[in-house]
Amino acid sequence: MKKLLGALALIIGMVTALPAGAAGGTYPLERAPDRLNDLAALQNGAKLFVNYCLNCHSASSVRYSDLRQIGLTDAQILNNLVFAGNSVHDMMVVAMNPVDAKTWFGTAPPDLSVMARAKSTNAGPSGTDYIYTYLRSFYRDYTKLTGWDNLVFPNVGMPHVMWREQGPRRLTKVEVRPVEGATDGSWERVTTEYDEFGYSTTKVEPTAAPIGHHASVEYKFTPLNPEAAKAFDNQIADLAAFMEWMAEPMKLERQRIGVWVILYLAIFMVIAWRLNAVYWKDVK
Amino acid sequence: MAGEKKIETTGLIGWIDARFPLTYLWKAHASEYYAPKNFNVWYIFGSLALLVLVIQIVTGIFLVMHYKPDAAKAFQSVEYIMREVPGGWIIRYMHSTGASMFFVVVYLHMLRGLFYGSYRKPRELVWIFGVAIFLCLMAEAFFGYLLPWGQMSYWGAQVIVNLFSAIPFIGPDLAIWIRGDYIVSDATLNRFFAFHVIAIPLVLIALVVLHIMALHEVGSNNPDGIEIKAKKDANGIPLDGVPFHPYYTVHDIFGASVFFIVFAAIVFFAPEMGGYFLEYNNFLPADPLKTPPHIAPVWYFTPFYSMLRAITDDFTWVLAGLAVLAALAFLVRSNLRGIWRVGVPVIFVVLAVLLRTIDAKFWGVVTMGGAVIILFFLPWLDRSPVRSIRYRPGWHKVLYAIFIVNFLMLGFLGTQAPNNVYNLMSQVGTLIYLGFFLLMPFWSTWGTFKPVPERVTYKAH
Repeated sequence: MKKLLGALALIIGMVTALPAGAAGGTYPLERAPDRLNDLAALQNGAKLFVNYCLNCHSASSVRYSDLRQIGLTDAQILNNLVFAGNSVHDMMVVAMNPVDAKTWFGTAPPDLSVMARAKSTNAGPSGTDYIYTYLRSFYRDYTKLTGWDNLVFPNVGMPHVMWREQGPRRLTKVEVRPVEGATDGSWERVTTEYDEFGYSTTKVEPTAAPIGHHASVEYKFTPLNPEAAKAFDNQIADLAAFMEWMAEPMKLERQRIGVWVILYLAIFMVIAWRLNAVYWKDVK
Repeated sequence: MAGEKKIETTGLIGWIDARFPLTYLWKAHASEYYAPKNFNVWYIFGSLALLVLVIQIVTGIFLVMHYKPDAAKAFQSVEYIMREVPGGWIIRYMHSTGASMFFVVVYLHMLRGLFYGSYRKPRELVWIFGVAIFLCLMAEAFFGYLLPWGQMSYWGAQVIVNLFSAIPFIGPDLAIWIRGDYIVSDATLNRFFAFHVIAIPLVLIALVVLHIMALHEVGSNNPDGIEIKAKKDANGIPLDGVPFHPYYTVHDIFGASVFFIVFAAIVFFAPEMGGYFLEYNNFLPADPLKTPPHIAPVWYFTPFYSMLRAITDDFTWVLAGLAVLAALAFLVRSNLRGIWRVGVPVIFVVLAVLLRTIDAKFWGVVTMGGAVIILFFLPWLDRSPVRSIRYRPGWHKVLYAIFIVNFLMLGFLGTQAPNNVYNLMSQVGTLIYLGFFLLMPFWSTWGTFKPVPERVTYKAH
C-alpha cells in the first residue's frame, strides 16, 4: 500500500514538475500595476487608447458612450475622444481598410475589444500583464520593415507607436549557449548591442559551460532618457488598465454583486441546513 | 367511465385526479417513494445534475434571444450579450460555468455509481440511460462550444470533425457531410446551433425522464449496496426507507444551497476559472487561416482526448500484441463452447491484424469512443459478489484509487502540448483505463469479500 502511494506521489510529482522545466525561452512578463479601480488612470488610458491605438486597431464591441462607466460625461467624450464627427453612441471602429492594412503591416491589426482577456495564460500572467510588458519591450532594429521589433512578440508587424514618449533606448542581449557544431562541448557568450538607431554589434567570446548546461538569454534595456522612460511606464500602466476595463467592463460590478449573492446564499444555506436537521431528527 | 375510478381526493385536486393521475404521480415519485435512509454526500449529485440542467436550459433560452448563429456576427453577438444586454453577462457566465459544472457533478455522480455498484442488477437500465445521458451531454457541450466562434471553438470543432475522416472508406465524405462544407464554416455553425438548442436537448430531457422512471421502478441503491425492499414492515414499507419527500427534498435543498455558493463564487469571481472554463484563446475571433499553436479541448474532454492522442503508430504494436495475447488466453483457458471456442480467438487475431493495417488515427478514434461506450457494459463486466466498495477486498479500493488518479492524469495530459514523456504517460494511462474495465470480469471476483449486513448502516443525525 505504501509503495503504491509512493508510486502515485511520484507520478503526480512528475506531472507537476515537467511543465515548469518545459517553459522558459520566452520573455518573462512583468506584473502590471492594478489600476482597475482608479478612474483617473482609466480615463488617461482611454485618452491614450483613442489617440494612439484607435487609428489602426478597432474596439468594435465598445461604444464611446460606454466610457460613461469610467466617470466621463457625454460632453467630455464627444469633445475629447470622438473624432471625425461620430456620435457618442457609435462603436469604436476604424476607417482603415483591412486589405490596405495587410499590405502595409503584413497583417490586419486585430480588434482590441477583448484583447486583455485573450492574451492571458492558463493559471499564469494576465493579458493586462502581457499588454503592459509588450508595449514596453519595443527596440529599434534597422533590419525590420518598420524599423522596430519586440521582445514579447518577435517579428511583430506593429511599429513602436509611442516611441517619442519613451525616448531612445539601447538593448543588450546576452546569450549563453553551446557552440554550434562543436564536438568538444565548448560554450560561448554572445553579446548583441542594439543602439538607439537600430544598428547592432555582436561580440562572441568563449565561456565555461554554466552549471546544469542550461542555455540562457538575458535582455537589458538602457534608456537614454530615464525620466521619459519612467513616465512612459506609468502611461502604459494606465493604458493597460483601460484595456483590462474595456475587455470586461462589468468586472468590478460582478465582484461587487458577487459578495452580496454569496452572503445571501450563506444565510439560505444555514436555514436549509437547520430545516434539514428538523426533518431528519426523527429518523432513527 | 370516470365513475368507475375510485377518487379519494376532493375539490380541485379531486377534479384533476378524475382526469389525470396527479396524486398518484406525486405519491409514486415523491411522498411515497421510499429511498434508503443511509444516503451519504455522494448522493447529492443526481439532483444537482438536474438542477444544472434546468440552469442550462433557462439561461440558454435567454442567450438564444440575443445570440446570432452567423459566422460573421456570432463572436460579436456574444460580446454584445456581455456588454449591452441588461444582465446578459450574468446569464452568459451562468451558462458557461454551468457547462463545466454539469460535467463536475455528472463525473461525481458516475463515480458514486461505480463505488456502490448502483449499475448492478436490477439497475442495469438506470445505468444505461445514464451513460446515454453522458454521451448526449458530451455532444451538447461539443456543439455548444462552437457557437461563440472563437479560435478554440473553431479549431476544436475542426480537429474533432476531422476525426471522422479517419474512418476507412467513408471517412472523408462523412466529415464533409457533418460540416456541410470543406472546412468548418457558417454552414457548420448553423447546424451545430440547431443541434445544440433543439435536437440534443430534446433527447437529453427524454433520457433524463427515462433515467428517473427506471430508477423509481427498481428503487435507489445505497452505500451498503443492499436491497431495502428485502425488509418491509406490516404495511409493506421498507424498514430502512424514508419517503423521498420531505426527507430527501430538504436534503437536496441544503445540497443545492452549498452548490449554489460554489457556483456563484465561480460566476462572480472567476468566470474563466484560470482559462479552463472559458479558454483565453477563445477571446480571439475564429480565423480559418491562423491555426493556434496548441489546440486543447475544454477540460472535461481532456481525459478522452489524451486517449485519442495516445494511439500512435508505434503504440498499435503494443495493442496488437495484447490482442494476440488475449487470443492465446482464450484458446488455452476458456470455458466457451461451440463455435465461440475458436471464434473468439479468431476475432482477436483479426483485430491484431487490423490494428497494424488501418491507420493509427482511426484506432485513436475507436479508443476514444470505446472509452465511453465501454461504460454501457459495466453492469455485466462487474461480477463481484457484493455491490458496494465497502464490502470489497482492500486492494479493490486501491484499484479504484489508481483508476481515479489515472483519469485525472489523463485529463491533465490532455490540456498539455504533447512531448515524448507525456505521450508515454498517456499510453500507460490508456492501458490502465481500458484494463480496469476489460479485466473487471476477472479481478472483480478475486479476493476476500467482507460479509454484507442485513440492514443498512445508519447513525441518526
